[in-house]
Amino acid sequence: MKKRKERIDRGIKARSSDIFALCSWKEMLYLSGPRLLPIIGFLLLPPFLGGYWQRVMLSVAVFALLAISWDILAQSGMVSLGQALFFGMGAYSAGVLNHYLGLSPFVTIPAAAILGALICTILLLPVLRLRGIYFSMVTLIIPIMLVRIIEASKIFGGTEGLSGLSSLPSRWVELYVAVIALLCALFGFRRMLASDFGLVLRGLNDSDRSVTNAGINIYRIKIQALLLSSAIGAFAGALMTHVYMFVGMPVFALDYSILPIAAAVVGGPGTLAGATLGACLLVPLSEVLRGIGGLRIVFYGLFLVIFIVALPEGIFHFIQRRYHQFDRWVEVDK
Amino acid sequence: MFAGTVIYAVINSIILMLMALGFNLTFGISGIANFAYGALYIFSAYTSWILLHLLGLPYPLSVLLSILFTAFLGALMYRLVLLRVRGQVLSEVIATFGMGLAILELFRYLGFVGFEYTLPVFVDKSFFILGTFVDMQRIMIVLISTAIIAALWIFTHHTSLGLAFRGIAQDERTALTFGMDSDWIATLSVSLGAALAAVAATVIIPLGSISVGEGYDVLIKALAVCIIGGLGSTGGLVVAAFVIGFAERLTDTYIGSHWTMTVSLAAILIVLVVKPSGFFGKQKELEERI
Repeated sequence: MKKRKERIDRGIKARSSDIFALCSWKEMLYLSGPRLLPIIGFLLLPPFLGGYWQRVMLSVAVFALLAISWDILAQSGMVSLGQALFFGMGAYSAGVLNHYLGLSPFVTIPAAAILGALICTILLLPVLRLRGIYFSMVTLIIPIMLVRIIEASKIFGGTEGLSGLSSLPSRWVELYVAVIALLCALFGFRRMLASDFGLVLRGLNDSDRSVTNAGINIYRIKIQALLLSSAIGAFAGALMTHVYMFVGMPVFALDYSILPIAAAVVGGPGTLAGATLGACLLVPLSEVLRGIGGLRIVFYGLFLVIFIVALPEGIFHFIQRRYHQFDRWVEVDK
Repeated sequence: MFAGTVIYAVINSIILMLMALGFNLTFGISGIANFAYGALYIFSAYTSWILLHLLGLPYPLSVLLSILFTAFLGALMYRLVLLRVRGQVLSEVIATFGMGLAILELFRYLGFVGFEYTLPVFVDKSFFILGTFVDMQRIMIVLISTAIIAALWIFTHHTSLGLAFRGIAQDERTALTFGMDSDWIATLSVSLGAALAAVAATVIIPLGSISVGEGYDVLIKALAVCIIGGLGSTGGLVVAAFVIGFAERLTDTYIGSHWTMTVSLAAILIVLVVKPSGFFGKQKELEERI
C-alpha cells in the first residue's frame, strides 16, 4: 500500500490569518513570536555574553548585513559573487574620510555607506545590462582586481593600508550600532520586498522581459536595488573599519564574499530572515571551528554544495513550514 | 627589444587562450559555468607533483594519470552534484564555486605551499629568436596549444560525438529528439573541460610554481578572456586572448608590472560598455546577455 505525505495548515494559522487573531493572546503570540524572537534575542543577549562572544555577535551582525545585501541583489536577479566589493568600498570610504579629513566615526559611517554605495553602483553600471552568470563573473573579478590596483598604485596606504583610525566610544556602542542596523535592515527591507516595489524586484528575477513589457524601465529598478544593497554592504564595511581602527587590502578578501553567500544559501534565499538565520548559525560555528584553521573554508565550500543539492530551500523555509503546517501520511488513491 | 616584447606577448596570449579553453568549451556545450575550473587546474598540477615526487612515477606517466584523474573528477562533479541542479543558473554557479573553494583550500590546509612545488620543464633548452632568448617550454606551449585548437576543431566538426556536442549546444530539445543523451554529453563536456584545464596546467606550470593562489588567478583570467571574447565562441576566445595578452605584455614593458591586472579589468569594463555580448558572443546573445 503506497502512502504519501499530506501537508495541512495548523488550525492556529488559519485562525490567525485574519482580524479575529486580535481576539486571543495565543494567536497574537503565534503571529508576533517569530518576529519578536530575533529582536529580543539581539537586543537582550549582549549583556550576558563575555567580551569574546560579544565580538562574535558583532561579526554575526556584520555578516548578516552582508547576507541581507546579497539576498536583495539575488532577489532582483543579480547573483553577486563579490560582496567584498561593497564591504571594501565602504571600509575604504570610511577610512579615507577619517584619516584624511579627520571626521568622527558618527559622520564617516553614514557618509561611507552612501559614498561606498555610489561608487559601487557607478562601477557596476556597465555590468547591469548583463544577466545571470555574466553578472556573477564580473562581480567575482572586480574586488580581486581592485586589490591589485591598490597594490600597484599605492593609493590610500597601498599594501600597508591606513591604520590608527579613530574608534567608536565603547564596545557597547559598536555592538548596538551593528545590531540595531541589522534589525532595521531586516524588518525594513522585508517590508520593502512585500511592497509593490519588491514585487517588481522579484519580477526581475523571474522574467525581466515581462517586467519590460509592463512598461517598467528595468535598468532603473536594477540601479535602485544595487544602490540599496551596496549601501548595506558599505555600512557593514565602514563599521568594521572603525572597530578594527584599520583599513587595508584584506577588506576585499574572499571571506567577505563567500560567508554571506553561504549564510544566505544555508539559511534560505528569498527571505531576508533566512540570510540572518544563516549568519547566526555559520559565524559562531566558524568561531568554534577556529581550531582547525584553513579547513574552515573547505567546510564552507562543502556546506554550499550540500545545501544547494540537498536542501535548496534553506533552513528558514523548512522551519517556517513546520511552524505553519503539520503533515500526515495518507493512502494514495488508486 | 620590441621584437622580444612581441614574441613574449604572443606567447602570453597563447597561455591565456589555453587557460580559458576548457572553461569556454564546457560553457559552450552545456551552459555550465564551471567556477571550479581554477581548482581543477591546480588539482591536476598537485596530482602530477604527488605522483612524480612522492610515488616516484616517471614524468610522462604521472602527467597522463593526472590528466585522467582530473577528467574523472570533472565527470564525478557533474554526476554527483551538477546533475541535480541542472538548469538553475544560480545553483550551478554556487555549487561549482563551493566545490572549487573546497578543493583549493583543502590543498592549502594540507600544506602544499612553497616554492618547492614545481614541475620540471619538458626539455631544458632555449633558442635565440630575433634577438631574444625563448626557452623550449614556451615554444612547446605554442605548439601544443595550436595542436589542441586544431584537434578540437576537427573533433567538433568531423566526428559524430563532436557533432552531438554542437547539436546539444545549439538546441538541446531538438538534439534530444535525435536520440542524443544530453546528460551524458554534458558529463563529457565538463570532463573534457577539466581535462583541458589539466593539459593547460601540465604545460604552463613548469614556467612557475604551483600555488593555491594560482587557482583563483587562472579562474579570473579564464573569465576575463571569456567575457571579452563572448562566451561559447572559440573565435572570440582567440581574439580576446590576444587582446588581453598583448595589452598585458605591453603595459608590463612600458608602464610597470604592477599594472598588468588593471589592464584586464579596464578591458572588461570597456568591452562591456561598448558591446555587452563580447567580440563574437553570437550564441544566444539576445536571450542570455542583455
